[in-house]
Amino acid sequence: MSGTFVGMPAFPEAAREAVANKTLRGNLRHATHTIRAKRAKAVTEVSDWAELREAGKRIKDHTLRHLDRYLVQLEESVTAAGGVVHWAADATEANEIVSQLVKMTGESEVVKVKSMATQEIRLNEALEAEGIRAYETDLAELIVQLGKDRPSHILVPAIHRNRGEIRDIFSREMSEWGRPAPEGLTDTPAELAEAARLHLREKFLRAKVGISGANFMVAETGTLVVVESEGNGRMCLTLPETLISVVGIEKIVPTWRDLEVFLQTLPRSSTAERMNPYTSTWTGTTDGDGPSTFHLVLLDNGRTDTLADEVGRQALRCIRCSACLNVCPVYERAGGHAYGSVYPGPIGAILSPQLRGTGSEIDASLPYASSLCGACYEVCPVAIDIPEVLVHLRERVVQGGEVTREGNKVVLRPAKGHAAERAAMRAARWAFTHPGALRTGQRAASRTRRFHPRTLPGPGKAWSGTRDLPPVPAEPFRDWWQRTRGGKDGAR
Amino acid sequence: MRVALFLTCVNDTLYPDTGRAVVKLLTRLGVDVDFPMAQTCCGQAHYNTGYRHEAEPLARHFSDVFGEYEAIVTPSGSCGAMVRELYPRMGERARAEGRGDTLAATLAPVVPKTYELTEFLVDVLGVTDVGAYYPHKVTYHPTCHGLRGLGLGDRPRRLLQAVKGLELVELPGADECCGFGGTFALKNADVSAAMGTDKVRNAESTGAEVLCAADNSCLMHIGGTMTRLRTGMRPVHIAEILASTEEEPAV
Ligand code: SF4
Repeated sequence: MSGTFVGMPAFPEAAREAVANKTLRGNLRHATHTIRAKRAKAVTEVSDWAELREAGKRIKDHTLRHLDRYLVQLEESVTAAGGVVHWAADATEANEIVSQLVKMTGESEVVKVKSMATQEIRLNEALEAEGIRAYETDLAELIVQLGKDRPSHILVPAIHRNRGEIRDIFSREMSEWGRPAPEGLTDTPAELAEAARLHLREKFLRAKVGISGANFMVAETGTLVVVESEGNGRMCLTLPETLISVVGIEKIVPTWRDLEVFLQTLPRSSTAERMNPYTSTWTGTTDGDGPSTFHLVLLDNGRTDTLADEVGRQALRCIRCSACLNVCPVYERAGGHAYGSVYPGPIGAILSPQLRGTGSEIDASLPYASSLCGACYEVCPVAIDIPEVLVHLRERVVQGGEVTREGNKVVLRPAKGHAAERAAMRAARWAFTHPGALRTGQRAASRTRRFHPRTLPGPGKAWSGTRDLPPVPAEPFRDWWQRTRGGKDGAR
Repeated sequence: MRVALFLTCVNDTLYPDTGRAVVKLLTRLGVDVDFPMAQTCCGQAHYNTGYRHEAEPLARHFSDVFGEYEAIVTPSGSCGAMVRELYPRMGERARAEGRGDTLAATLAPVVPKTYELTEFLVDVLGVTDVGAYYPHKVTYHPTCHGLRGLGLGDRPRRLLQAVKGLELVELPGADECCGFGGTFALKNADVSAAMGTDKVRNAESTGAEVLCAADNSCLMHIGGTMTRLRTGMRPVHIAEILASTEEEPAV
């Protein structure tokens, strides 16, 4: 992966390119609309969907409230089952731990599956720097890796690519990474899948170390859970001798009983399936079955800071189903790359500025990457009120305030570049609390109405570049009302 | 019944015809309408852009102005949602910040009394046929805050279906946001414009002459896009359709 997330421009600039790219918009529109319709159908099949959604929300909230306790319980269960638990406060620490663990095996290659957490910390690059090559084995991740690209969707990281583009990437790049693509490869799904299967199989059979993420961790038994569609995850989890799982601390659920809820809501929300084709669970190590060494790296990287925020913490309920991306009109036009993180779309817009802080240009712009239409909240299977968090984070950007960073309370200053807006908001607030002033302004606008342009200069230019402004009426309503008392005095 | 018209600052300044239509319609239905002159703005733009502290005095002002009325009617789904959904939240946040219950107590009285126009007609007055006449082909765009914020459901459609002469045609992708989103249209102009264009193209595909909605802010965005794309379609607020009669038809 040569693309980078750091040093990204702010969202509006990053989105501009995508909006102008017809192929990209076509690919995204097609993919999101198809899955959107399927999801809606899959959800209506379940009569108690509203209750499942509420249950998922409550289980997650309860777990987050007692996260410390459940994490300790998890560590005990994993250790008892023969695994080793490592705690990583941030990306650097996590990358060091994993690099060390791989080096201890003496290997210089690993197979990887299902791990957004490792994308978040840029583990592949860290391993590369240590001379270790990481092979992505999830089909979409493979396409992204071979294309020297960045993921643009939670579930389908290569959603921005169409079949023709994938064929070209396979033909061009596969030989660099292992078994080359067959001669004369076409863009039929079956042929593309077969090419990937042959390419990957060699890697599975050779690899001694596997690195994975997890969708859930069950505290009571120390069990990790991955749900997937291809079976490549299962290969990664069972064939290597050493398995290293890197998982965000918020992925925990207390009991197997709790899993029942999410194993219903996750597949229906994400792939519109009733059940995942592959659900793998692993608990420590077992003689003669699967990896003989198991390491669990528990990743914080901004999560406890996020937990400290009363409004924002609900983002940690996310089960990464991607329903909010697929329904989001902004994601559909801007594409996943514009969000500057492995977490794109509405959830990315609230998660990244919390995990990373609002210091960078891209992170300060993400809370504004939404029209607050509410479609994301409506589909979210754990009822994260994304619009509420967006507005909350906007407040943090423009007004500053107290936040927790690396466990310490710090007071943020308002972000730069909002001074004019802040002054305008204050002036408007003043006028709106002084009705007389508002009226004077309205009258002045009406009197000069013939001179108003239908396009605007300055910051308003962006608006009127593609839209005409309405003409200012001859008389504001309140003047008409006062003149006629709502028509009661006769005049119209 | 004496109700207060909360017209909203946008309508007052830019769309007085919508205000006149609401007055005409409600008066025809036997409602005594008052327009408190001290009204200004509900604070939505402030709140949604992140200026909650600037929005608070506006919310308090709103409560001062409207608190005494039996009902408050507004021809705007988003301003209605601001009062009903976000005023309580502002109260909660003030409490969480250790500022006590004062704000919540000040805002509480207006929250349950505030109705979006179509809600007021259907739920409070109990009418769907308001005696309107509007001989045009119309498509209806349910704006996001009306649809998901207030849960207006099929109320506007039922009202439109009962209008004499009106042919209602379904809008493809009706539930999708038009891309206005207040300051979003300025801050993310490219994405906003792309969303608006798709909305207008969908509307065009229906063959309707008029796109109707219950919020002039969205209509301003959609209408501005329509003229720029030279579609020949017109954006019209639902109040103006419902106020139109055979004796006094809206143009
Ligand atoms: S925020 Fe909700 S809808 Fe979006 S990915 Fe997470 S769980 Fe799914």
